[in-house]
Amino acid sequence: MDSALIPEGVKRCSFKAFCLWLLVIFGVIGFGIVGGFFVLWKGLNVTGLNDYFGFGLYITADLAIIALGAGAFFTGFLTYVIGKKELKDIINLAVVVGFICYTGAQLVLLLEIGQPIRGWFSFWHPNVHSMLTEVIFCITCYTIVLVIEFLPLILENRQLDKVPEFHYFSHNLHEIMVVFAATGTFLSFFHQGSLGGLYGVMFARPFAFRTGFFIWPWTFFLFVASAIASGPALTILVTMMVQGITRKKLVRRDAISLLAKVTGFLLAFYLVFKILDTWWWATQTAPSKGMSFGEFFKAPYGMWLLFAEIVVCGIIPAIILLTPKARNDDVLLIVACVLDCAGIVINRFVFTVQNLALPVMPFDHWEIYVPTWTEWAPTVALIAYGALIISLAYRYLPVFPRERELNPID
Amino acid sequence: MSGNESGKIRYGMVIDLDKCTGCMTCAVACQQENNVPFREDETKKVRSITWLEVFYLDNGKPYPEHRKAYLPRPCLQCDADPHPPCTFVCPVNATQRDEETGLVAHIPVRCIGCRYCISACSYHARYFNWWDPKWPKAMEEMLTPDVSTRMRGVVEKCTFCVHRLQLAKDKAFVEGRQELEEGEYVPACVEACPAKAMYFGNLADSHSEVAKLAKSPEAFRLLEKLGTEPKVIYLSSQEWIHKLADNVV
Repeated sequence: MDSALIPEGVKRCSFKAFCLWLLVIFGVIGFGIVGGFFVLWKGLNVTGLNDYFGFGLYITADLAIIALGAGAFFTGFLTYVIGKKELKDIINLAVVVGFICYTGAQLVLLLEIGQPIRGWFSFWHPNVHSMLTEVIFCITCYTIVLVIEFLPLILENRQLDKVPEFHYFSHNLHEIMVVFAATGTFLSFFHQGSLGGLYGVMFARPFAFRTGFFIWPWTFFLFVASAIASGPALTILVTMMVQGITRKKLVRRDAISLLAKVTGFLLAFYLVFKILDTWWWATQTAPSKGMSFGEFFKAPYGMWLLFAEIVVCGIIPAIILLTPKARNDDVLLIVACVLDCAGIVINRFVFTVQNLALPVMPFDHWEIYVPTWTEWAPTVALIAYGALIISLAYRYLPVFPRERELNPID
Repeated sequence: MSGNESGKIRYGMVIDLDKCTGCMTCAVACQQENNVPFREDETKKVRSITWLEVFYLDNGKPYPEHRKAYLPRPCLQCDADPHPPCTFVCPVNATQRDEETGLVAHIPVRCIGCRYCISACSYHARYFNWWDPKWPKAMEEMLTPDVSTRMRGVVEKCTFCVHRLQLAKDKAFVEGRQELEEGEYVPACVEACPAKAMYFGNLADSHSEVAKLAKSPEAFRLLEKLGTEPKVIYLSSQEWIHKLADNVV
């Protein structure tokens, strides 16, 4: 039924099977829309947020997916700026994943603020001292860059490509993609960093506060490093997932192995500084604010979170990714990428939730945050939204340039 | 005062914990003066809006060494240089410190409700409007006309009754005066305290009562080590309260 839209020379599942798959996705997205509608209609009182936990699941999800979306800018940087041509196999998917992460984050942000209709105030009354202003500006600009990067791929659809204007426009965009890749790298560096700065500058919050360089706390640089150490891991995971579901080889293994190797080095680089930061935080920063390191951890936000983040989801995947034999094994590679991504989610959760659970006033008490279904539903719907975009892109666009060559049809 | 002293006026408060009986009159006066909304069910305290919260403190020892005290906590109007922890984080300039008076204000009609300021304040002095404010019909007639009510989805906090400063300034202007006399501008909580445990005035004026009290050996500030430079100073003769007010490693 939709065969005219499917790229030439590739095989796709039947339209009926595809519709059934979309039905499942739309079911989950619908659940998220209902949750989001409740939040907009009734207000944030239907969430688990309160005056202790001004930030919760929405912000954790936002920060995590923005970090995981770093695969787009970093793969673009490696492909177009550094010139790693073998990554051209994977760059389209990286851009699609980045597009999903950034547009999804903005949708959730709409629910997160108490007055969504005033969202534009951030541009109209910007406070230049606020890290959040930098985040808002850079994320908006970078989303536009991602749309521009995604556009040539959309225009390469079999039917759209027949329109000469679209064909030449898409071709010309490809030619100047290095400009957008460099712009994306610049913007991403600042907003990934500002998201870390967001916490590091809270000098009245000893758990989050960090000293730093000039106006940037160390969390600024750590968030950039952690994003580029985990974003490509998500790109690899999504590639492996699409290959698994379609039962096809879509990307040459050396492209995946190269990205895995780079991810391993970046993760190791990040971990060195993360461990140094943790040591300085525990021995210098926390005592200077009148707190001991041990006071930062209490059930359910215990020391296990730190161990899980640094050792289980940091050192272990770094070792796997840095070992050629291990990263060339599909199962171990998937395990490493899952752990790497989980580590970044824990890191963002800890800065968002554990930071606020800690009582700073000595006569105050620990609080526990429990998200409600109205928070879970839009968050889960984000994943479904990702699945929807990837499914549509895979079916109708030439996302994987080597697919035809790797899967010849007799 | 080691914080920001760029203005010649730094309004501040001194609260004598030895005199405070924990009667909560200050909290009630604040709630009434500033049109602070409340709900029928206020059992979930982490969502109650209490611009001035009274904390219960005890020394944790059994009788006969057991001691207790009450600590009223308005917004501490931090004077950290160059910014208080809450103002510089706001992405839309909805909260600022007036450098002429030292008062930290919040503009609810500009607030987008991102709650970054709530997260940045370690004193829990900022509150979010989780619901639209509603008062019983009869109470609507008694709302303070000088304080606008806030809507759902924005943050609010103690302003040291800044509207009273404006009224005092207007009165002085009519009388042909440029400066206010000590005691002309006093927040509702200070005025209402039956034990006279709360003092208010210009901390930058060394002749004012608050400036003199702030230099007392019994004076201390909450969480001094954070570097927030609060302009609310507490007095207590009890050592355990001094220790409890700041984390000691």
